[in-house]
Amino acid sequence: MEFFLQNVVNALQWGSFYALIALGYSMVYGVLLLFNFAHGDIFMVGAYVGFFVATGLLLLVSSLGLVSMPGWVVLVLVILVAMFITAFVGVAVERIGYRPLRQAPRASAAITGLMIGIIFETGNLALLGARRLSFPELIETTTYTIGGVTVTNKRIMIVAVSLLLMFALHQFVQRTKWGMAMRAMAYDFAVVPLMGVPLNSIAALTFGLGSALAAAAGILFGVAYPVLSPYMGIVVGWKAFVAAILGGRGSILGAALAGFLLGFIEIFVATIFPSTLRDLIAFSIILLILVFRPHGFFGEAHTSRLRL
Amino acid sequence: MTILRVEHMTHYFGGLRAVNNYNLTVDPGQIRGLIGPNGAGKSTVFNLITGLYTPTEGTILLDGEDIVGRPPYQIADMGLGRTFQNLQLWRHMTVLEHVKMARYSKITYGLVGAFFATPRRVREEAEIKAKAYSLLELVGVGHLAEQNVTNLPYGALRRVEMARALATEPKILFLDEPTAGMNPEELVQMMEIIRKVHRELNLAIFLIEHRMKFVMELCDIVQTLVFGEVIAEGPPDYIQNDPQVIEAYLGTEVET
Repeated sequence: MEFFLQNVVNALQWGSFYALIALGYSMVYGVLLLFNFAHGDIFMVGAYVGFFVATGLLLLVSSLGLVSMPGWVVLVLVILVAMFITAFVGVAVERIGYRPLRQAPRASAAITGLMIGIIFETGNLALLGARRLSFPELIETTTYTIGGVTVTNKRIMIVAVSLLLMFALHQFVQRTKWGMAMRAMAYDFAVVPLMGVPLNSIAALTFGLGSALAAAAGILFGVAYPVLSPYMGIVVGWKAFVAAILGGRGSILGAALAGFLLGFIEIFVATIFPSTLRDLIAFSIILLILVFRPHGFFGEAHTSRLRL
Repeated sequence: MTILRVEHMTHYFGGLRAVNNYNLTVDPGQIRGLIGPNGAGKSTVFNLITGLYTPTEGTILLDGEDIVGRPPYQIADMGLGRTFQNLQLWRHMTVLEHVKMARYSKITYGLVGAFFATPRRVREEAEIKAKAYSLLELVGVGHLAEQNVTNLPYGALRRVEMARALATEPKILFLDEPTAGMNPEELVQMMEIIRKVHRELNLAIFLIEHRMKFVMELCDIVQTLVFGEVIAEGPPDYIQNDPQVIEAYLGTEVET
């Protein structure tokens, strides 16, 4: 039982990363019917932006002599500032990379996404060199043992912040007129502009929101595993992409749930089978689910015929 | 005073000329019809005027302003409302939400209003609701406002689509085959609704239809489009008896 609960805690943490990133894939797909294959690398960019914001902030704090600023305040600031900056990276990707290809075949957009990803990776390598950066320790680790289960304050924080962000996104999508437009686009894309909704603004907003969530995931990842590398977004990004498919393309709830499910599958497969077989078995399970639910948990076949 | 004036509109899809030298004027309160065989380019004409496509040549004046090249959302905002041949509704959204979506550009409260009951938000939401209910009542689906569109029968969905188009406060309403897939009873009801909307909102209407009876009863002036060209234009009686129209479109016998 303790062993089981211990793994639940681990699964929740990984699930948080996957879910936050998967949301970006799913939202963009919902609005524009394309997968932003650079999204995993935006997660990486977000982690690096977080690194620089954190380093800068710590420098500022120490030079001003504000030693009393608690670590968690710094962390919250870092998350917010980095989300804001990375949102603009996402907006730029849409504006420069995808908007000119709105009318082009879907394959062009997919290839563009992969290229943008490579530009981010190699650009990072060129600017910062091949060294790995280590994310500054903003909060000290405290370990709690509850009934034989070990939980660190960082893990609790990661899961809590992720859930909070997902809740905030859900509220945004339900309550604001922009969110309403995003939902409408996910169901039927073509008519939304004819209701007086500026498509480009909504597209930019969607990329911005998705990228901000990816940045948050990047920083939380940096808190848990403080080694940053230019290629850190690739595998995590692909797995989150799978989660987005599993949740149902365009479904926000689905992406969040499937992200956590993927975390659970991975962790529990690794507890039963040798960890070298982890991905093989985990993704076979997902493939099997998709055989029976090809549109994922909450996805539906798209009916939009008009492309704009 | 003309609401909509299209002059010399021509459009090519690659090398294919889909619409050739198309002209149209719609005056306030007029109901104009566009008929023609399948593939004649009727929906293309709609898509060109509503901004989904940009015409290769020609000018389109909406209320005196040139709208060629403007994005569809601006054209919609300037007073052009539209329904679709195939229902284009948003599954899992309520009837009320559909109408609210069409009020997008009139909603001015932002993030703060979305989360807190600011006076502006309260006022605007009340306005939206009142407007939505009056339009839904007008087309006869007021009692379905809270329903999810996924649960509604086809005839009701057509009306919801019409209410949504009306919620953008159009000066002119485009109806793309409003009776597609309807049985004779629903057809008569739809004709009544269009008459009512026309009368109560004093709206100019431009519609595409296949059913001759419908067009002949409703429209003031009808155009016949064949292979992207208008071959005849005039009052229904005139169109019905035009030998060219009969030959190209109606066949030897008038369809009823």
